[in-house]
Amino acid sequence: MADPLLIFDALLGVALIALAIAVLVVRDRFAMIVLFIIFGLMTALAWVRLSAPDVALAEAAIGTGLAGALMLKTLHHIRAAPAAPVPVSVGVVFANMGFCAMVFVGLAIAFMATSLEAPGLAPQVAQNIDASGVAHPVTAVLLNFRAYDTLMEVVVLLAAIIAVWMIERGIEQAPARHLGEIYRGFARLALPAIVVIGTYLLWVGAYAPGGAFQGGAALAAVGLLLLLSGLYRPQPAHRPIARLGFVLGIAVFASVALLVASGGRLPFEYPPAHAKTLILLIEGVVTISIAVTLAALFHGREPEAIPVSETRA
Amino acid sequence: MSSGMIFGLTGLAIFTIGLFGALVMVEPLRRVLALKLCSVGGGFMLVVAAWRAPPEVADPVPHALVITGIVVMISATAVALALIRRLHTLEHDSDD
Repeated sequence: MADPLLIFDALLGVALIALAIAVLVVRDRFAMIVLFIIFGLMTALAWVRLSAPDVALAEAAIGTGLAGALMLKTLHHIRAAPAAPVPVSVGVVFANMGFCAMVFVGLAIAFMATSLEAPGLAPQVAQNIDASGVAHPVTAVLLNFRAYDTLMEVVVLLAAIIAVWMIERGIEQAPARHLGEIYRGFARLALPAIVVIGTYLLWVGAYAPGGAFQGGAALAAVGLLLLLSGLYRPQPAHRPIARLGFVLGIAVFASVALLVASGGRLPFEYPPAHAKTLILLIEGVVTISIAVTLAALFHGREPEAIPVSETRA
Repeated sequence: MSSGMIFGLTGLAIFTIGLFGALVMVEPLRRVLALKLCSVGGGFMLVVAAWRAPPEVADPVPHALVITGIVVMISATAVALALIRRLHTLEHDSDD
């Protein structure tokens, strides 16, 4: 244990486990969410240590930032509910604790017995990276070698926003807290910077950590700031534009795949000469779709034609 | 002892803690958080599986899988939270 970085890793691991426990045991629900956000940022740090900067970026932006904002919004909505409705009996808690301990021991034995030196798929990716159109292996996997997964991932996002709009149809939202002038000033300063960061993340994904999902999440933050500061209020007339935003990425992605397939190739088998252009096109529209969808997921309710108070009367 | 080993065990512990929380917690919001802990634990295992001792580069395929997983998880979280809000509204209305 002479290596100071290994000591750092061990401390970070202990801190992560302690934060995970704290998320579950802390009484105050606001503290619970804040602890979860800290936990997510620490996780991102651990993944940087495991040489996975792309995943760390995605976790920090989407898994922590946006998820944290969503949970705080939900907490604001349900704050009237009692914190702990019915306590679980001690016997159930201990039985589950024993069960989970067995799961942990079993998984740990399996993990310790597995070699961490398996070759994996890195050599195949390295061999074919020149034909993929991009220089960054993770982007090559996401947008070329396993593009079908990525298409389905965008479909999952679309399914989520459809479900949220249906679930929230007609329910009254807790009135948003009015944010002061200082906050608006901050939004005006921060917005252009975030737009630049999001676009940069998208562009840099071709040869360095970054890409459509991280860029889309940064751009979704623009939407969140606009919604929170009241600089933008969703109108019913904007619904068609929002819907177009949701499906744009899938439509272009699928059309490119079908177009490539019609040329006698397999779907997603981009011709190497045009691969970079096609990937950039797909990434660009997918980024817009991701940003619009994530911001809409945060807003929740679909902008309705009739004010909710009238329909309920 | 290596970084992969340390974080592998950390990931397993986080997954187990999340599993326990999802089984035992009654508060909906906390249960969603527990499931998110599970997903982070699973992500840890894939990132560790992709990791190689420093001079060698990590395997990009599991990294892409984890990024996909993170996006799927935010979709699932958003739907779960919308259900919680709806449930709360319904319960709140029946009290009146």
